[in-house]
Amino acid sequence: MRRIMGLMIGIFAAVLISGCAVKKDKIDVPPEKQLTMWHWLSDRQDVLEKLSKKYYEKTGIYVKMELFSPSEAYKQKIMASAQTDTLPEIYGILGSKRDKANFIKSGHVMPLSAEMKKNDSEWKKQFFRQAINSVSFSEGNEFKVPAGIYEVPLDVVTIQFIYNKDIFKKAGIDPDNPPVTWEEFVKAGEKVKATGVDYLISGFGEPWLASCLASNFAWNIMGENKMLATYRGEVSYTDPDWIKVFSLFDQLAKKGLFASGIVILSNKEAELNFSLGRAALAFNGSWAVNVYDEMTKEAAKPLDYGVMLPPKVSNANPVGIWGGAGTRLVVNAKSSKKDLAVEFLKWLTMPEQQKEWAIETKNIPANKNCIDLVPDKVKGFLEAMKYAYHPDTFPVQEDPVVQEAFSKGLQAIIIQEKTPQQVAEELDKLKKKQMEKQK
Amino acid sequence: MWYKVKKVLGYIGIYTVLSAVALSCLFPLYWMFTSSLKSQYGIFTDMSLFPISPRWENFALAWTQGGFGQFFLNSLFYTFVVVFFIVILSSLAAFAFSRLEFPFKGALYIILIATMMIPIPGAFIALFVLLKNLGLVNTRIGYILPQINMGLPFAIFLLKTFFDKLPRELEDAARIDGCSKLGIWRHVAIPLAMPALAVVIIFNTLAVWNEYLLAMLILQDKAKMPLPRGLMVFQGAHLVNYPLLMAGMTITVVPVIIVYLLMQRHIIKGITAGALTGQ
Amino acid sequence: MAFVDKSNEKINALVRKYINDAKENLEYLKKSFKDPNILTNYLFVLPAFILFIVFGLYPFFKVFQLSTMAWDGLSKHMTFVGMQNFIEVLHDKVWWASVLNASWITFLALTIQNGVALILALMCAKDIRGGHVYRVIFYLPPVLSGIVIGLIWKWIFRYPDGILNFALVKMGMQHLVRDWLSNPATALNAVAVVHMWRGFGWGFVILLAGLQNIPHQIYEAARVDGANAWHRFIYITVPLMIPVFILVSILTILGSMQIYDIIAATTNGGPSYHTEVPVTRILASMQGAGRFGYACAQGIVFGVLLLSVSMFQLWVSKKMKQE
Repeated sequence: MRRIMGLMIGIFAAVLISGCAVKKDKIDVPPEKQLTMWHWLSDRQDVLEKLSKKYYEKTGIYVKMELFSPSEAYKQKIMASAQTDTLPEIYGILGSKRDKANFIKSGHVMPLSAEMKKNDSEWKKQFFRQAINSVSFSEGNEFKVPAGIYEVPLDVVTIQFIYNKDIFKKAGIDPDNPPVTWEEFVKAGEKVKATGVDYLISGFGEPWLASCLASNFAWNIMGENKMLATYRGEVSYTDPDWIKVFSLFDQLAKKGLFASGIVILSNKEAELNFSLGRAALAFNGSWAVNVYDEMTKEAAKPLDYGVMLPPKVSNANPVGIWGGAGTRLVVNAKSSKKDLAVEFLKWLTMPEQQKEWAIETKNIPANKNCIDLVPDKVKGFLEAMKYAYHPDTFPVQEDPVVQEAFSKGLQAIIIQEKTPQQVAEELDKLKKKQMEKQK
Repeated sequence: MWYKVKKVLGYIGIYTVLSAVALSCLFPLYWMFTSSLKSQYGIFTDMSLFPISPRWENFALAWTQGGFGQFFLNSLFYTFVVVFFIVILSSLAAFAFSRLEFPFKGALYIILIATMMIPIPGAFIALFVLLKNLGLVNTRIGYILPQINMGLPFAIFLLKTFFDKLPRELEDAARIDGCSKLGIWRHVAIPLAMPALAVVIIFNTLAVWNEYLLAMLILQDKAKMPLPRGLMVFQGAHLVNYPLLMAGMTITVVPVIIVYLLMQRHIIKGITAGALTGQ
Repeated sequence: MAFVDKSNEKINALVRKYINDAKENLEYLKKSFKDPNILTNYLFVLPAFILFIVFGLYPFFKVFQLSTMAWDGLSKHMTFVGMQNFIEVLHDKVWWASVLNASWITFLALTIQNGVALILALMCAKDIRGGHVYRVIFYLPPVLSGIVIGLIWKWIFRYPDGILNFALVKMGMQHLVRDWLSNPATALNAVAVVHMWRGFGWGFVILLAGLQNIPHQIYEAARVDGANAWHRFIYITVPLMIPVFILVSILTILGSMQIYDIIAATTNGGPSYHTEVPVTRILASMQGAGRFGYACAQGIVFGVLLLSVSMFQLWVSKKMKQE
C-alpha cells in the first residue's frame, strides 16, 4: 500500500515538474498579440510552426498551431467548440459544403469578400480562379448563405488518373502517350491485366471517390446543366445518360479491370498499394505525390509516374476533373482579434510563404504567381487545372441520403451485385421519396 | 497404464491447442515490433522474419519526434488517478449493493449499470458542453472525472457479481470481532475479491491509456495531452510514417503489458478456498 | 351468483394484501430514513452516484432532448419534430440491416468466441506448467490498436496472395480461395473472425477469475466420490459459474453490438452496406448527413434494444439463482 502511495506521489511530482519545464520553449506574448489556429494536418505541423515563428520574428504576433487528429476527432472538436462559442481565431472546416454553410449561418465564420476586394482585389487576384470559386458561395445558392468568399485557400488540388510508367511499358503501352478515349482506356487495361497486374485502384471504400469518378463521366456525357437538373429532381436517374455512366463501371467490373478489393479500400490503402507497384492506374488527388515519393524513397528505384485525364467517353461535352482549393482556413467571426488573423492569412498566402508551403508539402500552391516554383512532379496536375470543376460550386447540391445511396450503388455494380438498371431505379425511387419530404 | 497414456495424450493435446492460439496472439505484436525496425518501403516488401539491418534508432526517433516524454508522464498520471478512483468507488458501491440493506437499493443499482447498457455515440459533444459550463474545459480534472464515471458501471457490475459469491461466514466472523462496515469492506471483501479487482484494473488501465477522443475534445494545450496524441504525429491524413508509428505503438504497449503482468498474478486460486476451511 | 361472490372475495383479499404490503413498505421506509445505520449505507454508493448524476445524467438527457429535434449540430436554431425521428428510424431499412449484421457478429461471439475462451480458461485453470505465460499471451490482442489489427488482418485476408489464401492453395483447396473481405458473401464473417480473435481475451480473463474462485476442495471431494471430469464440469463448474457466464454474455453482447474500430480498419461498412453496423450508421448520420437529432434517435433506439436484452438476461439469471 505504501509503495503505491509512493508511486502516486512520484508521478504527481513528475507531472507538475514537467508541466513547468515545457513552458521553456513556449514563446511568451501578451494575449492581445497571440492568435490560435486549430488544424488536423498531422504531417504539416512542422511547416506551420516554422512559418509561425517566421511571422513572429517579423511582426511580434505569435500564432499558436494546435493539431487535433485524426480528422473525425477534429470534426467533433470544432462542432463541440462551435456549440459553446469556444472556437479559436483561425481554424478549418472539414466537411461538405453544407457543413460550411451551417458554420457560416451560425455566425462562426467571418465573410472575407470585403478584404479580398480591397485595393482593386489585390488579395483575390493572387489566387487561381478555381480556388476562389471553391471557397465562395454563389448568388442564389440553395443554402441561403449570402454570396461571397468565406475561406482562404492555401493550396489547390486536382483529382485525376496517375499511372505507373514502368507497368505501362511492360504491358506494351507507350508511357508518354497514355490512353485518351474510353476505348483506348479499356484496351490499355486489358493489356495490363495480361501481364498479371491490377489495373485501376482507388479508395472506393470511401463513398466520395467513386462518386467523383462517376461525376467526371457524367460531366463528359451529359454536361453540367443536366447534372444540376437531376439534383433538382427534374431529370431521373433512370435517364439513359445516367445509365450510361453506371454501365461504364459495369463494363470495367466485367472485364476485371478494378483492383481486387477496391470497394473496401480506404484512400490511404490505395495510395500505399499504388506506391508498391501493385496496380497500374490510381484515381487519386495531387496530394498523393507526397505519399508516393515518401513511400518509395528507399526502394531500389523511385516510382516513375505520369498524370492523365479521365478517358473521353463522349464528344458532346468537355472532359472534366474535380479541382479546386485543398487546404483552407476560416477566421472566427466572433473573435476580437479577427483583423490580426486576416493579416496573418494574407501574409501566409504571399508567394514567398506559398513557395515554402509547396516545397514542404509537395502540393500546388493556391497563389498562381509562384507556378514556376512548383515541384516538377506536380506540374502535370497544374496543367490539368483548366479542366477542373467542383460540385461544391454548383448552385444545387444532391441530397446527402441520395449521395450515399449513389456511392453504395456504384460499389454494388463493381462487385456485380446489382445491374446499372437496378441501381438507377433504386436511386430514382429514393430521390422521389426525399423530394417528397422536402415539401 | 492406459490411464497414464490418456493423461499424457491429454496434456499434449492441451499444449498444442494452447500453443497454436498463443502463436496467433503473439504474431501481431512481433510484426509490430519488427516493423519498427524496418524502413517505410521495407515494411511492406521485406518479408523476412527479422530485418537484416534493423534500425534501432527508430525507437529514439519516435520518442523525440512524437514528443513522448511529456505525453507519457501525462498518461501515467491520468491512468493512475482514474483507475485508483474507479477501484475505490466501485468496490465501495458494489459492496453496498451486495451486502448492505437500504431502500431503493435495486433501483439505484439498475440505474447505475444501465448507462453501460445504453451507449450513446455522440454523447461526448454533450459532455463537452457540460464541462464548458462547469468551467472544466482544458483542465486535467475535467479530463479525469468523466473517465472515472465511464468506468464505474462495468466495475460495479463485475464486483457485485464477485462479492455476491463471498462466504458469509467470514463476514459474520469479522462482525463478531467488532469490525465496522468499512472494516469488513477493507479487511474481508477487498482481499477476497482480488481476482475481480485485478480484472477491473486491467480493463480500465487499457481503456484510459489508449483514450484519445475525449482528450482531443476537452484538452486544448499540447502539454496536457496523453500518449495517443504523440502517435497522431505519425498519422498524416494521407502519409503515414509506418516505421515510427509502429515504434511509437510498441513503446505505448509496453506499460499496459507490464500492468497486466503485475495484475494477473492476483487472478489465482486458493484465497477463498483457504478461508473457507479456516486455514 | 355464488361464483361471482367468490371471485369478488378473492379480489378483495388481493387488494387488501396489496394495501397491507404498501403500508408495511412505507413503515419500513420511514424507519430506514430515521436509522443512522441504514443512512450510512448510502454513503458507500454516494460518491459513485454523484459522479453519475453530474457526468452521466446530463449528457443522457441532452441526447434524449436532441433526439426530438431536427438539428445539424451547429445552428442556434433547432426545429422540434417530436417523435418523427424515431418513426423514421423504425422504417430505416439500412439501420435495421446494420442491427442484423451486428447481431450476427454477436451471435458468433457468444457461441464460438466465448466457447473458445471457456475452453482456454479451463485449460489454464489447471496447474499446468507455463500457465502464467499463456495467460499473459491470450490477453495481448485487446492491447493492440485498431490500426495494427487492420493492417495485419488485411494482409492475412488479401486476395490472391494473403496468408490465408496461400495456405489454402498449399493444402490443395484452391476452390476456396476468394477475396474474403470484399466478397459480399464472406465479408461479414471475415470481420466477425477478426472481432472474435481480438475479443476472446476479455472473456478469457473474466472466466479465468471466476474459475479460480471455486475452491478445489469441492473438486477433490467429487473426485473421491467417483465423479469423472465431465461430471465434475457439469455438476460443479457450470452451476457455480452461472453468474459469471451471465456477466460475460452481457458484456459480450454489449461489446459486439457496439463493434466499430475493426470495421473502420478493414471494410468501412462495405462492400455496399454488407458490413455496416449500428455505430457506423450513427456516425454517418452525425457527420455525413449532418443530422445530429436523427443520430441521437438512432442511438436511443440502439440503447433501448441493448438495455432490454441485458435486463432480460439479468432476469433469467435471477430465476436460475432461485432454483
